[in-house]
Amino acid sequence: MMKNSVEVHDLVVVRGGREVLRSLDFTIGGGVTGLLGPSGCGKSTLMRALVGVQKLAGGTVRAFGTEAGNASLRDRIGYVTQAASVYDDLTAAENLTFFARVLGVGRAEVDAAVEAVDLADQRDQVVGRLSGGQRSRASLAVALLGKPDLLVLDEPTVGLDPVLRRDLWALFHRLADGGAAVFVSSHVMDEADRCDRLLLMREGRIIADGSPVEIRQKTGADDIESAFLAIVEAAA
Amino acid sequence: MSTHALPRSVTVGAPVTPRITLAVASRVLTQLRRDHRTLAMLLVLPCLLISLLWWMFDSIDSATFDRIGPALLAMFPFIVMFLVTSVTTLRERSSGTLERLLSMPMGKLDFLLGYAVAFGLVAAVQSALAVGLSVGLLGLEVAGPVWLLTLVAVADAVLGTALGLLVSAFAQTEFQAVQFMPLLVIPQILLCGLFVPRPLLPDVLEAVSNVLPLSYAVDAMQLLTRTAETGDVWQDLSVVAGFALAGLALGAATLRRRTA
Repeated sequence: MMKNSVEVHDLVVVRGGREVLRSLDFTIGGGVTGLLGPSGCGKSTLMRALVGVQKLAGGTVRAFGTEAGNASLRDRIGYVTQAASVYDDLTAAENLTFFARVLGVGRAEVDAAVEAVDLADQRDQVVGRLSGGQRSRASLAVALLGKPDLLVLDEPTVGLDPVLRRDLWALFHRLADGGAAVFVSSHVMDEADRCDRLLLMREGRIIADGSPVEIRQKTGADDIESAFLAIVEAAA
Repeated sequence: MSTHALPRSVTVGAPVTPRITLAVASRVLTQLRRDHRTLAMLLVLPCLLISLLWWMFDSIDSATFDRIGPALLAMFPFIVMFLVTSVTTLRERSSGTLERLLSMPMGKLDFLLGYAVAFGLVAAVQSALAVGLSVGLLGLEVAGPVWLLTLVAVADAVLGTALGLLVSAFAQTEFQAVQFMPLLVIPQILLCGLFVPRPLLPDVLEAVSNVLPLSYAVDAMQLLTRTAETGDVWQDLSVVAGFALAGLALGAATLRRRTA
């Protein structure tokens, strides 16, 4: 059996006096795991905790057996924040070259990342002049540098053209097939079926965990949105 | 993706990795090169202001220019780099690029030194232009070595960078960051000996001016114009450098990998 890439135990995060994550327990293995839930349910905070940039109020988060945020993990995890974290006044290629130098990986990786997110035609354009979707793809490309073992992607497909969205999900599955664990969040329920496994989240809690088929069967719903509603109503 | 069996970053945990420090510095310089307007302001503005000062006093009393000119040469790099750094670092904090870098194998000092190196270089060019203009065209008398004047200016710039980095931790918006200038910079300008020679200040203010770094920078510049003896200049310079290093260290303490 494959070792879990991420193990979260009794995780509590408090921000501004409010419990944003309430005692989460779960593990992430290989494949593409989707984290679905409405805006403000704590998805981004959870992702920050996995990467080790979030202060915890309790519990543990471990990646590859090591406490999240440990220096030895920093070149094994690719992280994309919700806002495109790239430099607007540099070109896509300059952004990637910079982050590649920080990671200590070569030019070939830059070219591969540009290809992977389909930005070859825009590589020499200043990022600030790209469309929103292109900017977030530039940000995604940075996370692919150095072939990380775990990808933590915060809403990477929001606002993208359906064709591109399909291509990106295909890319996530290719990365997962290559051995990386891919953890993707989304607030769009219809992306659920593109995941191997789902974590449904609401108000700081994980309310369902399983493959899309399992979750639909368990709730008798036709789609994940109805399943989500059924779970919330059953709990109320 | 098993290419990771071998740890790539053998330098994990090292406070400074030259490769990363230089990557940060050259990236900052590339960004600056893109921004023609800022670059022009950085390089041309000090020259214009020094020329203005020279013009003001030229027909009345040229000794005044010889007194104030050196102080200005110390102030420009400090003020300009303070502003530029506080705003750019704040932008790094708010755009998420800093968070991304801190989740990568980058040491905090790599980040800070990268900025210091980049802005130090810009300051060297800026000061070379301002000093060249003052000495070459405007007739500023410099008794000491001119290169040392430039070195003091670079130390000043690094000091400004260090304080700017520090301040950016306490500002939530660029607007707030700019407000730190009247708080941290203007008192130093008032007390640095430009308006009232420091020994003539009331005791309390003189004591305050003794712990402000800009006082030593201005001291060094004024010494250089008056005498060829450089011993005291090096002493002033080391005080400025000490403040800059302390600022960078404090700045590093404000860069938190984990935030609430």
